[in-house]
Amino acid sequence: MAYLKNFGVILVGIVACVGLSPVAPELMNPYLFSILMYAGINITLAVSLNLVNGLTGQFSMGHAGFMAVGGYVSAFLTTEYLSKMNPGLPAGLNEIVLFAAALYAGGLASAALGYLVGLPSLRLKGDYLAIVTLGFGEIIRVLILNIDAVGGARGMPGIPKWTNFGWVYAIAFISIITVRRIMASRHGRALLAVREDEIAAEATGVNTTRYKVTAFVIGAFFAGVSGGLFAHFLTYLNPQTFDFNRSFEIIIMVVLGGMGSTTGAVVAALFLTALRELLRPLQEITRLDFRMVIYSLMLVILMLTRPNGFFGTKELSDFGPFRRFKRDALKDAAAADAPAEGARG
Amino acid sequence: MSAPLLEFRDVNVHYGAIHALKGISFSVEQGKILALVGANGAGKSTTLRAASGMLPISKGGVYFEGRKIDGTRADRLVSMGISHAPEGRGIFANMTVEENLTLGAFLRKDKSAIAPDLERVFELFPRLKERIWQNAGTLSGGEQQMLAIGRALMARPKILLLDEPSLGLAPQIIEKIFEIIVKVNETGTTVLLVEQNALLALEVAHYALVLETGKVVAQGPSRKLLESEEIRKAYLGD
Repeated sequence: MAYLKNFGVILVGIVACVGLSPVAPELMNPYLFSILMYAGINITLAVSLNLVNGLTGQFSMGHAGFMAVGGYVSAFLTTEYLSKMNPGLPAGLNEIVLFAAALYAGGLASAALGYLVGLPSLRLKGDYLAIVTLGFGEIIRVLILNIDAVGGARGMPGIPKWTNFGWVYAIAFISIITVRRIMASRHGRALLAVREDEIAAEATGVNTTRYKVTAFVIGAFFAGVSGGLFAHFLTYLNPQTFDFNRSFEIIIMVVLGGMGSTTGAVVAALFLTALRELLRPLQEITRLDFRMVIYSLMLVILMLTRPNGFFGTKELSDFGPFRRFKRDALKDAAAADAPAEGARG
Repeated sequence: MSAPLLEFRDVNVHYGAIHALKGISFSVEQGKILALVGANGAGKSTTLRAASGMLPISKGGVYFEGRKIDGTRADRLVSMGISHAPEGRGIFANMTVEENLTLGAFLRKDKSAIAPDLERVFELFPRLKERIWQNAGTLSGGEQQMLAIGRALMARPKILLLDEPSLGLAPQIIEKIFEIIVKVNETGTTVLLVEQNALLALEVAHYALVLETGKVVAQGPSRKLLESEEIRKAYLGD
């Protein structure tokens, strides 16, 4: 039952996002709409990076690299093959199936790469891991810069504009639910144990390498999918988009939201995406581009006043009226576990 | 006589160029407490880490119930029955006492037996029960050490490896912890105890090893070692 209820929540969420899809662009001007779309893509990026950096405690700085891989793989598939294909489904459905396949392929490619990079590098800790992942992100960017089939430095134009509001927010929603479900399980507790004390985690029987790599791979998958969303929204890809500044942006969202808080990652992704745009009118007054200076200053002030980020390690379910839901969720989890254990013996 | 529960045969460990254990051999009998004593850097903790699979050994062999276990992953060893309470307690500070303890049973398949075991740990450490919802980081040093031992016990180990359980604790608390170690041993759990406080360790242990710069320099029933003039001079400050 609990399983069905969760499935129901996911279904309702996705249907709501898709249902809003044709309405959303009508409600606001195109500029506002594009900000909303980038914010949604950033939510997926921040939530998935939070799984690695915040919840598992492995400081990765290569998220833009995974995003690039997913973006390029899915964009290459759609422009070269999928947009010319016709599986013979009704008109609207064609595009949906093909886009889903392309996004999935991008995510998988990114996850596979995450596995390859993660397996050797997650033996490293702290600063060393950060540097290795930073280097990895740059390698990806330079490699793409030199692959002529995807346009190299000229970039990759003519990607079909398949991303819409429904895709972006449905996927953001799925990423949030995925991370929440993981964290509510014993696997989630193992990830937290790795973050808290790796030696102690190992001593209690957690296969730390496996859990770190798994978190890394799941993070890479969602980064790849959001890369695909990004590519099919902008309809143009350029390797410069995925430089380390992009990785830092996502890290800032995670840190500002609170390392280890999914709620924080979502709020910070929305807030920071909006803030950069809200500061734009300032430029017209000052006649100089102080926008990024002010943006950075605000980050400094925010971190000084709230060193643990907006939410620390807390979630929405830890606050006032929302607490009830958490208790229900715990009860559900217990109820779901009990019969399953009996069956296992 | 049956095979010893845990056996080290000529075990060597290197940290890079440093030769930390230089051929250590000993065995721990089922149901006993074995103490490893010695000064800083003698290789006591290294021996424990080699036993729990956290360090690769460079030569020799570690045997558990007659099976060679060196090179086996640490999490496998936990499910085989080797539980390690690492030095400096190593508790999960941002998790509650209960979460810490249930993580101790992470690998167990017999989920229905976990709740009674939790009760047993609370019987040993009533203080932990009072603080069940508290974050482990807010516990006192002694309580954290209790939690580390309790968590290790939650894996239902055949052998419990304790690394410096007295570290940084008040004498009164240390006494309590050692009383509990004896109690745990009386219920059938074998204990391998590393301790700088040699006098205390020798008092509770059945058998003891004295390590010095990676070698065993003396061993025997702990009562004999307590009586030995040399040992008293070197390690007990007489």
